[in-house]
Amino acid sequence: MSVLVFVEGLNGEIKKSSLEAASYGSQVAQQLGTTATAVAIGEVHEEALARLGEQGISKVLYDADSRLNQFVADAYVKVIAKAAQQENAKVLVFSNSNIGAAVGAKLAVRLNGALATNVTSLPKTDGGQFVVTRGVFSGKAFADVNLAGDVKIIAVKKNAFEITQAAGNTAMVEKLSAELSDADFAAAPKETVMQDTEGGVLLQEAEIVVSGGRGLKGPENWHLVEDLAKALGAATACSKPVSDLDWRPHHEHVGQTGITVSPNLYIAIGISGAIQHLAGVNSSKVIVVINKDPEAPFFKAADYGIVGDAFEVVPKLIEAARALDK
Amino acid sequence: MKILVCISNVPDTTSKINFTADNKEFDKNGVQYVINPWDEYALTRAIELKEAKGGTVTVLNVGEADAEPNIRKALAIGADDAIRVNAKPVDAFFVAQQIAAVAKEGNYDMILMGKESIDYNGSQVHGMVGELLGIPSVVPAFKLDMLDDSTARLEREIEGGKEVVEVKLPFVASAQQPMSEPRIPNMRGIMTARTKPLAVKEPVGAEAKAEYVGYSKPEKKGGVKMIDPENAGELITLLRNEAKVL
Repeated sequence: MSVLVFVEGLNGEIKKSSLEAASYGSQVAQQLGTTATAVAIGEVHEEALARLGEQGISKVLYDADSRLNQFVADAYVKVIAKAAQQENAKVLVFSNSNIGAAVGAKLAVRLNGALATNVTSLPKTDGGQFVVTRGVFSGKAFADVNLAGDVKIIAVKKNAFEITQAAGNTAMVEKLSAELSDADFAAAPKETVMQDTEGGVLLQEAEIVVSGGRGLKGPENWHLVEDLAKALGAATACSKPVSDLDWRPHHEHVGQTGITVSPNLYIAIGISGAIQHLAGVNSSKVIVVINKDPEAPFFKAADYGIVGDAFEVVPKLIEAARALDK
Repeated sequence: MKILVCISNVPDTTSKINFTADNKEFDKNGVQYVINPWDEYALTRAIELKEAKGGTVTVLNVGEADAEPNIRKALAIGADDAIRVNAKPVDAFFVAQQIAAVAKEGNYDMILMGKESIDYNGSQVHGMVGELLGIPSVVPAFKLDMLDDSTARLEREIEGGKEVVEVKLPFVASAQQPMSEPRIPNMRGIMTARTKPLAVKEPVGAEAKAEYVGYSKPEKKGGVKMIDPENAGELITLLRNEAKVL
């Protein structure tokens, strides 16, 4: 038996969230006294795959079928199921991404496995149990879940685990072919459109997020958020009212019914901190709140706060951030 | 066109979340329940499609009798009939098997639900239902239109972009904003909802795979350190030297 980690590529490299999943998977393997294998699909550089050794992966199975360069759930599931069977995998690890969650649910049915998504802890395996902690109630609580059955499938929350680095270790890369038929691509996307992400920072994977609310008074003032984000190498986000008003696109909306983020640093500018917004950000490691209303509820959830006018405070922050030596 | 919309009954978004003294169960005391907000995007889009193209919208809830007020609310918003599978929704796999059984029996063209529930945040049920029925599941979708009588065009979110997918009926899709603008029931809707059919079915035999053994809450923050707005730049220094996040 072994632990199998599904890794996703982006522009030929492995996604940061998948490096986290790989680190998690090798720790689980160590705990269970076995090895961790990764399965990669589509367009990823072979050197990037071999480098997964640094995260403790001993072997990578790679299906280079070019039809897999875009996400097709049925085909991906087939490849991963084949890898799982070949490796006799009893624990499968994914990142809790849109792709990971979609594929994990289908595999749970196909492999008759128990699935936990949004996982924030390594398993506790004493007494024949397999208990993991997962985020529930939109970030307001955690639940401990015992996964029953022979096969366990875990989708790990982004930014919840450190990427382990054992420099110089390389993984062995082996070709895998799941012999896919046209029928596996019946629901293939007609078109894929990528957004222009400023500086290439994906909101869901960002270590620093700068977020703006209605306190910024209008979309024409968003340069404050963008300039601070740029100076810090951060992704930009917004509150629900801001996306409802169409000041910013919906995919930037952070909160209970938007995107949940857990960066190292979340800077909220002109956001009062409604409970629904807090639910989307409260697992951030450090929260900074800038608001001119000293009674804004967000200050109660913050680590650092500035009571002041964003139009005066933020330019000072941009200046100080630009002066930092990187 | 027959559309099945699955809804869950969840604590209102403003709820404070508490657990029983032994941390084994969610404490329902004083908690208001609502239709899961993500499911509302699916429900309204289903009603819009019905209004434009004809057909029926059936609402399905896997849950106990206390979910009925919110099932009636879905009928008041515009669904035609409802089914409640009378069982505690113990885990995603159990719920998915119930939905798949109802879907198979009713021969639905489209099975819609929210991208996740705001209580257990699993994002699992839609994928499982698609797999159990052997039909595509398009998740998470934020746009859904019919191209012709048998083909739908959806846009789904991927990290950093979107994909356009065309699928033949039947299929499963999960919804997120801005798929539709959720509606508030009007007086006429509330009146007619009272007499719309709500069938209660017993669950099919199904096993659960995930057992919830305990709960906890995030640690409280140690308190906020305030910085003088005149010296706002000091914040950047603190973030680097004290919090060590820059």
